Amino acid sequence: MACERAETLVHGYFDNELDALRAAEFESHLEQCSECVAALDALESLRSSINVAQPYEKMSPALRKKILANLHVKGASVKAPLRATTDWQWLAVAAAFLLLIYGGWRIASLNRVDSRETMMASKIVDAHLRSLQPGHLEDVISTDQHTVKPWFDGKIDFAPPVRDFTEQGYPLQGGRLDVVDNRTVAALVYGRRKHVLNVFIWPTSGKDAAPRTGSIQGYQWIDWRKQGMEFYAVSDVSASDLDQLQRLFSN
Amino acid sequence: MSNPVQEKDLDVLDSQEQVRFETLVLPHLDAAFNLARWLLRSRADAEDAAQEALLRAYRFFHGFHGGDARAWLLQIVRNTCYTWLDKNRRVKDMTEFNEEVHGLPSPSPETLAIASNDRDRLSEALKSLPPRYREVIVLRELEGCSYKEIASITSIPIGTVMSTLSRARRQLQMALGNAAPKEATHGV
Repeated sequence: MACERAETLVHGYFDNELDALRAAEFESHLEQCSECVAALDALESLRSSINVAQPYEKMSPALRKKILANLHVKGASVKAPLRATTDWQWLAVAAAFLLLIYGGWRIASLNRVDSRETMMASKIVDAHLRSLQPGHLEDVISTDQHTVKPWFDGKIDFAPPVRDFTEQGYPLQGGRLDVVDNRTVAALVYGRRKHVLNVFIWPTSGKDAAPRTGSIQGYQWIDWRKQGMEFYAVSDVSASDLDQLQRLFSN
Repeated sequence: MSNPVQEKDLDVLDSQEQVRFETLVLPHLDAAFNLARWLLRSRADAEDAAQEALLRAYRFFHGFHGGDARAWLLQIVRNTCYTWLDKNRRVKDMTEFNEEVHGLPSPSPETLAIASNDRDRLSEALKSLPPRYREVIVLRELEGCSYKEIASITSIPIGTVMSTLSRARRQLQMALGNAAPKEATHGV
């Protein structure tokens, strides 16, 4: 007695691809078909063995660099071959020496700032983790920026730029108020495939600043300043996904 | 100046298009590589294919009018890989292809210690599937694509994505040696 649905529909159900009606029908069928239940279990165990094996393979940094250079991406250009004249070599040595001195000085002078930034980033990651607790993610649940944006009115004394990026693969899921480093901030929640991204926003008097990135405990963060707002985005997605979100905000 | 035509083998997009390309396409470099890696079953070949596919994507970017950039790129990657597989079939038939030479990726030492067995097992099982099954598994399970995206990447009609996945998963389950008991009946 082979159940036909155990071969086909169970996959659609498992993958969340059935419409609500068919999913409901299948669920009631599940109650009386042990074969489909077994098939569903088998799919779950297949997925978990795939997850355990971590078969996803990322591009090597070297290849990424090469491709970016090929595609005229700024800041990725491969070194142009220097002509081996004595002048050039001396110049290169001198430049390297200066860089070394400058680098040492920068590191020394930036050390303090860096540790403060790291602390901030770890607070942000904490806030992100807190938000993932059941029921903590959103205060206003909406994929509509025109619902989320007014929700912040009167709750905070600044207007965070609320934008939906569904088309670009980052659907807005909602927003909430959060407290980070003793200050009330706006948090926007975005989806990225199955991941959750938090974007924390608060006003700052600092000048616009290019993004800085880092990772803590496997969570990526990216921080930038634009038009009097400080942005901190954090998630367990790849760094490039966060970069893209940052660019979307900056466009 | 001497031979401008030859020099200029890749047109530069205008700055607006360049930004659009970088924003929409470049975030999916890993996805491109991962698909190529599993379709070609080798990191070294995947590196070449990914490079070639990205150049093509760049060249044809003016033909991309919005929509799902990842699916668009993966479609190009897939086509590149299939062309590559066709081209190299004859050579491969003559010389046994050696997977070991190309090596496996290097996850962190901790996970490696625990998962090396699971990892190898899955890797071997996945490699044993025909490419048409392998790709739907990679797209669905590794890349998290929806059926609609899988259909647009692989040109499988949307109505048959589910049954293709069903066959692919069954074969993978069997290759892993943990097929569900019902698999034995293999009903029609």
